[in-house]
Amino acid sequence: MNDFKTNANWTASVISDIKKQAETGGMLLTGMGNPSPYPNYWDRILLDASQVTNPSIDPLREPMELRTFLGRKSSKLEKETYPQLELSTPIMFSAMSYGSISLNTCKSLAMAATDSGIYWNTGEGGLHKDLYKYANRAIVQVASGRFGVHEEYLRAGAAIEIKVGQGAKPGIGGHLPGEKVSKEISETRMIPEGTDAISPAPHHDIYSIEDLRQLIYALKEATDYEKPVIVKIAAVHNSAAIASGMVRAGADIIALDGFRGGTGATPMIVRNHTGIPIELALASVDQRLRDEGIRNDASVVVAGGFRSSADIIKAIALGADSVYIASSALIAVGCTMCQKCYTGKCAWGITTQDPELVKRINPEIAKKRLNNLIRAWSLEIKEVLGSMGINAVESLRGNKERLRGIGLNETELKILGIKHAGE
Amino acid sequence: MKVVYPREEYCIGCKLCEIHCLVEHSKSKDIIKAFRKEFPKAMNKNIVEKRKDVSFCVSCRHCPEAPCITACMTGAMHRNKKGAVVVDKDKCVGCWMCIMVCPFGVIKRDGEKIASKCDLCPDKEIPVCVKNCPNEALVYEER
Repeated sequence: MNDFKTNANWTASVISDIKKQAETGGMLLTGMGNPSPYPNYWDRILLDASQVTNPSIDPLREPMELRTFLGRKSSKLEKETYPQLELSTPIMFSAMSYGSISLNTCKSLAMAATDSGIYWNTGEGGLHKDLYKYANRAIVQVASGRFGVHEEYLRAGAAIEIKVGQGAKPGIGGHLPGEKVSKEISETRMIPEGTDAISPAPHHDIYSIEDLRQLIYALKEATDYEKPVIVKIAAVHNSAAIASGMVRAGADIIALDGFRGGTGATPMIVRNHTGIPIELALASVDQRLRDEGIRNDASVVVAGGFRSSADIIKAIALGADSVYIASSALIAVGCTMCQKCYTGKCAWGITTQDPELVKRINPEIAKKRLNNLIRAWSLEIKEVLGSMGINAVESLRGNKERLRGIGLNETELKILGIKHAGE
Repeated sequence: MKVVYPREEYCIGCKLCEIHCLVEHSKSKDIIKAFRKEFPKAMNKNIVEKRKDVSFCVSCRHCPEAPCITACMTGAMHRNKKGAVVVDKDKCVGCWMCIMVCPFGVIKRDGEKIASKCDLCPDKEIPVCVKNCPNEALVYEER
């Protein structure tokens, strides 16, 4: 790298990318989330605290409630209930398929979600037979390739997620190379062994909100209206309008995935340049749903590069019901963010199917580490809620008055719906 | 009785168990001295077997009906108070019958021509191989 004569425009990575493409003639692939230095609004939002007139609460002495229910809420007092997901803390593990990650990693996430009282997500890879015992804490995904989707799978999960897009690669499908499709994966995904598993970019049966409604109700019908249906999209420029359509189409929960969200493999050009930050998408979606009076018809789950409990608290105050974490969960398991997931040679046994490498993850150890992370973040959330004088996470949701922007311009503040620090 | 069992599904073949075993059974109990300064060099009592993607650490199972105790003509191989099968160095004559009969192949000859095998680390609550396995691929339990 040091051999390049670099300058501010022609950095070492730009030059080496050009050389790689000149040699191979191919697209550059990469893994994990967008590493480019775009503004990170979480770092430019500050939290409020109580002083004198609104006393703060000590979470060690007083009960704090983090329990969160996701799903459509009844707008009337009369009995009209909808299926809900109950979370002990407003954090869930985001979708990572068996295939993109190893079975041992899937097991770790499933065991940790079961222990912590949260949910994990099967991703598009189906539910491996060993994971059915954790299915009551699983969100089962139905994505464009429909891999591993069958009646038992839909009925096994706690909720069903229709994946329309992914933050790291909006508008792009998936591609699991044939050499990774082992016997176990082929059985789980219900595809022939050794064949490429290609998820199309769009759902070939969804070209409008009406089509989405048909799929949502087909899935609800298949599960007797007992499970909430989540629709997940990548945060893009018009996500507010799309989110409104999703809620009207019958989604019980909408999931938004920002452009810092991770992936197992994606073209670098898409990861680094497509989509919008989740902070802006969340604020605009929440505001749009409130303006239209349909915010209660669906819960909002956000994903895409949540690094700490502070990010989660800010997201909840911006209007999210819960967040999905994945990169941080993998870091807890051992990931070093080397971004080489797409090679299938993860030295930590996470994004690989090589039996020698997979063994490096012991689900019992990884489970403990994940549980510790969830516990630590929950404690931090309680502490901050206490400092704000709030004793339930519900009371913080959409409470933008407790946020202040710092170093943001007027447009950014207007989109986020918050005041500048000092105001 | 509690003995050391491997879990080959999690063993990554790093052989740290062998190193910790050797250090624990050295005179100095110091890793550098144990490997470079002590003669005769201490021996690890466990062995990591590895072929392709399968690896695991084998050490004495301290069989309830131990063939090595039966085969020992001098009575050097005996069971101690803890129940572990151990060698009395003073009595061992180096006939290697124990090595011949051990069903697990975990008895070795050491530099002093006496049988060498796992003693479950008498000074430690948990054997050092189990305690230091980075992936919890060794367990110390009763089965």
